[in-house]
Amino acid sequence: MATAEEVAKAAERRDIRGRWLLSAPALLVILLAATGPLLIVLVYSFLTPGPYGDVKWQFSLDAWTSVFLERDIFDDTLSIAAAHVTIFWRSIKLAIITTIATLALGFPTAYFMATRSEKTRDLWLFLITIPFWTNLLIRTFAVLQIIRNEGIINTILLKLGLITAPIQILYTDTAILLGMAYVYLPLMVLPIYASMEKLDFRLVEAGYDLYATRFQVLRRIIFPLVRPGVIAGSILVFIPALGAYVTPIVLGGGKNLMLSNLIELQFGQGRNWPLGSALSISVMIIVMVALLAYVRNAGSSGVRHG
Amino acid sequence: MNWKTMATAMGLALLASTSLARADGALNIYNWGNYTSPDVIKKFEAKYNVKVTITDYDSNDTALAKVRQGGTGFDIAVPSQTFVPIWIKEGLVLETDPGKMENFKNVAPEWANPDFDPGRKYSVPWAWGTVGIVVNTDVYKGPANTWGIIFNTPDELKGKVNVVPEMNDVMFAATKYVGAQQCASDKETLKKVRDLLVAAKPNWIAMEYNTIEKMGAGDFKATSDWNGSALRQRLANPAIHYNYPKEGFGLWSDNVMVLKEAKNVENAKLFQNFIMDPENAAGLSAFHRYANGIAGSDKYMPADMKDAPEVIIPADVKEHGELQKLCSPEVQEIYTKIWTELQK
Repeated sequence: MATAEEVAKAAERRDIRGRWLLSAPALLVILLAATGPLLIVLVYSFLTPGPYGDVKWQFSLDAWTSVFLERDIFDDTLSIAAAHVTIFWRSIKLAIITTIATLALGFPTAYFMATRSEKTRDLWLFLITIPFWTNLLIRTFAVLQIIRNEGIINTILLKLGLITAPIQILYTDTAILLGMAYVYLPLMVLPIYASMEKLDFRLVEAGYDLYATRFQVLRRIIFPLVRPGVIAGSILVFIPALGAYVTPIVLGGGKNLMLSNLIELQFGQGRNWPLGSALSISVMIIVMVALLAYVRNAGSSGVRHG
Repeated sequence: MNWKTMATAMGLALLASTSLARADGALNIYNWGNYTSPDVIKKFEAKYNVKVTITDYDSNDTALAKVRQGGTGFDIAVPSQTFVPIWIKEGLVLETDPGKMENFKNVAPEWANPDFDPGRKYSVPWAWGTVGIVVNTDVYKGPANTWGIIFNTPDELKGKVNVVPEMNDVMFAATKYVGAQQCASDKETLKKVRDLLVAAKPNWIAMEYNTIEKMGAGDFKATSDWNGSALRQRLANPAIHYNYPKEGFGLWSDNVMVLKEAKNVENAKLFQNFIMDPENAAGLSAFHRYANGIAGSDKYMPADMKDAPEVIIPADVKEHGELQKLCSPEVQEIYTKIWTELQK
């Protein structure tokens, strides 16, 4: 009947409006909190730096041009900003290597955890989360204590007579990578474990029954099924690794700037807030493009269940 | 708990909190971290019945940016001499005229009328010091009174030298090392500075602030550093010596100023006067380990500071010292570019 239908429709409309009204405050807060600060950063990137920090309200594209181009200090020629490119590339490289390293360590760990009995699984999960109880800075300093010249590793090796002088690990790229892999490993293990836990291991058995080799089982059965976990883990590691600040400074000795240090420099001693803002937004764009490419690529080659 | 008892409890709590805040005066100090003697603060609190709160900052730029935004609730800040003129120019501080305060007579003559605050209209000396070279003499026994330790590193120290990443200090040292005046703006000098730094960096192990711990543990065998930090290192290991570079070393001084937005102006003024008292100034020094610029404070100084070569500049090197200035924004911009290139 037409009238009953109209009444039902009106009720539905009221219902929808009610829901929107009820969730509006929360949505508004999230919208403002998420976009407000970013908008300020965006606006600042188009302003002129003040002489001692802060900005002058004067439109300028200088910050954006100097992200990619630099005027030589001495002969005034314009060229690609080699310093910025080097620093961007160093950070991206480090983030990629960290992601690969944590994946190489995290995948077997997650597999090990998922194949334990249900009772012990919780214990393993608990052990993985323990490092999160401690502050990142403290964990990084703990790594420093282990690898420094008078640290645990070097002391033991010296006492055993295996080396005559301490091995310089601290302040090298190895030290940074070691620290990063350690700090971000749980972020890789947890999502992989979450999808591995749901994996139906009867499929693995079926694979073996059909004479698949171990490698084939891993590549054709396990990996495709836990792919969402691998993707999530990689994203969770890659993004914070790209913006890592503390670990490169403490373990790398601060001799080589990372992206985050470069940005911090502009807001501190460099006194060029617009450039700092432009660099921050550039990083966001890079992350966004990389993510889109990664997710699309990983999604299109996903396994087809049948 | 029913609502009546709840309301009463809340009312009481509210009353307690307001009466606590209003009981006596307050003073909010904004200062560098690990820099303010708790003993001296306690003495000030007891004497004037004032509750003191201390908040830390880690750089002049941070402090300036924060106070410029306003609404901080701080009464006092302690900027370095390079920044004092900016704070004054930007109208962030009150003209409290410390030059007319009772204890001003104690200020040492060389700090009574500085260029950065002529006539001491705004600021009171908190601490002053030098930037020089620290060397572990177990590893390097040669002459170390030169910036060459970090810019032309001797073989024994290659790969063991740290440089404190304070951009303006490093630029000052490099400019002096190439034989120019501080803040020299000619391209020729700046190019020399850039080339010097880029060539020197491969011999450095790190660019870190944390020198006391790292020199102590032996991760560094030499570093550029502040004198008070050097003093602490020597007290922990007598082989560590502080040196005044003959090419010219920088002098700095941090100064107590009262903010324009201060709510407790009278207490802040009392504090300015209070720390110009020799005994109190010595108390500050005993904690932060720097000289204080107050004449007569030496007799209250801790024994290990009275004749410390880090604190008392030896007469024969005094002429090489020079108060560091803030360079023009143009030079500063080039410094940042060189700095970025150095660390790329």
